[in-house]
Amino acid sequence: MSATVGPGPRPRRNPKGSPWRYVVVAVMLFLVLALADVVLTNPNFGWPVVGQYLFSAVILEGLLLTLELTAVVMVVGCVLGVILAVMRTSTNTFVARGAWAYIWFFRGTPLLIQVIFWFNIAALFPRITLGVPFGPTLPGIDANALVTPWTAAVLALSLNEAAYMAEIVRGGLLGVDRGQYEAAQALGMRPIKVFGIILPQAVRTIIPPTANQLVTTFKNTALVSVIGLADLLHSAQVVYALNYQTIPLLIVAAFWYLLLTSLLSYFQSLLERRYSKGYVPRSRPQSATGTSDAVALKEA
Amino acid sequence: METPMIVLRGIRKRFDSVHVLKGVDYSVSRGSVSCLIGPSGSGKSTLLRCINGLQPADEGEVWVDGELIGLRIDGDHVVPLPEKEIADQRRQIGMVFQRFNLFPHMTALENVMSGPLRVNRADKERTRDLAMGLLDRVGLAARADHYPNELSGGQQQRVAIARALAMKPKVMLFDEPTSALDPELVNEVLSVMRDLAAEGMTMIVVTHEMGFARDVADHVCFMDDGVIVEEGHPDTVLTDPRTARAREFLKRG
Repeated sequence: MSATVGPGPRPRRNPKGSPWRYVVVAVMLFLVLALADVVLTNPNFGWPVVGQYLFSAVILEGLLLTLELTAVVMVVGCVLGVILAVMRTSTNTFVARGAWAYIWFFRGTPLLIQVIFWFNIAALFPRITLGVPFGPTLPGIDANALVTPWTAAVLALSLNEAAYMAEIVRGGLLGVDRGQYEAAQALGMRPIKVFGIILPQAVRTIIPPTANQLVTTFKNTALVSVIGLADLLHSAQVVYALNYQTIPLLIVAAFWYLLLTSLLSYFQSLLERRYSKGYVPRSRPQSATGTSDAVALKEA
Repeated sequence: METPMIVLRGIRKRFDSVHVLKGVDYSVSRGSVSCLIGPSGSGKSTLLRCINGLQPADEGEVWVDGELIGLRIDGDHVVPLPEKEIADQRRQIGMVFQRFNLFPHMTALENVMSGPLRVNRADKERTRDLAMGLLDRVGLAARADHYPNELSGGQQQRVAIARALAMKPKVMLFDEPTSALDPELVNEVLSVMRDLAAEGMTMIVVTHEMGFARDVADHVCFMDDGVIVEEGHPDTVLTDPRTARAREFLKRG
């Protein structure tokens, strides 16, 4: 650091800091008080209504559905994402390009359009059937019966999620040292077994962005309110459509989103701290050097 | 005369515009130890990787114990084998890397067991016994439960040798096995390799350890610029090379 300062006396650090900081603090304090004044005294915020609905059955059911949807979408998205990531790294260019095109399409179009699209799939394919191209088909199922708001929501969010997860997983796979692939191959492992060696090592780098993705997905589920699925946001909308208390109910929904994303972010930071330590062995019999390394890293 | 264990014929390999191997013919007889020496960039490691198809040759054939590697003869031309079948062929060709490449999330024992368990679906108890035996042989039975990052470089490389041996290979390829080691750790690895040679394993060793080549090898190949410049008994090649290029290289080394 001293090299960049150059010759001459080093600038001394003023222990009290700049006098401007008092001005900044004063301005910030003023803004916070002004905000508090507005929020607390403006009756249109409807805090009593917020309190009334915060733990109401309709809102909690909506929250439950949002959580269920998030869980299903993450699981399906992760599985599809791993498959796409493997396809993307395939030596078969047809397979690799196919995965590329999938990711290109699903990341390049608005998720809201995808949600509405899947909900209206019946307009494109009134009946969903199995059959030979241009040949005979089996009697199919009515698309409107098959694609309920729930299935449309799961389809739209999962297929979109898969595209994002594919890039995360691919990054993780590329991050594993080439020597690991070679070592597995040299032992005579077939491609699927080589993958079994590589994936556990990639997980280290995959976990933090996946946790991030989980937070994003959780918030993105609010988009399904447009197709009338009774998620958290839609449940709030249903209530304010009846009592016209729009702002208080949006505050209720926002409260739950914020609470859950904060919790998820907290767990994410725990995970990241754990995995950023590199390969520190868990409580295992260790050699002298291994133990001291682990201790040093824990203290750092 | 007995057919050689390893035969390479007309091996050519290029990376983009760089000709790394320019037509190499090479053979190693059963139970012998052959050392590949030469300046860096001469194609030694690439030649080694052509043998087990980690970097398949563009032209030429590799035979191990009479089996054509990575290719299938179809009428009057050859076609590449699918990756699955090349993988199956690699089981008989052990390889040890400069950077060890142990699986970091597995203990030493699990590393040694990984080949038989995952490739051969071998019985777990029997594989454990086999792996413990091999770790004992490389002097590391006491470290079986240690993870690679808890082992020294020399220990890691010995585990890597045990891991390769667990597949009961017919030949062993060593790609500069001691180049990444601190000088004081080189000998423990070389001594394991000496023992292996004494037991009659067919070995190809890419190395800069001239002492090892002199003492252990039956055959030394000096490579430069993608071709084998000179080969023969170590006494001849290392002490009294015919070619100027080999003389120059050995003087520097």
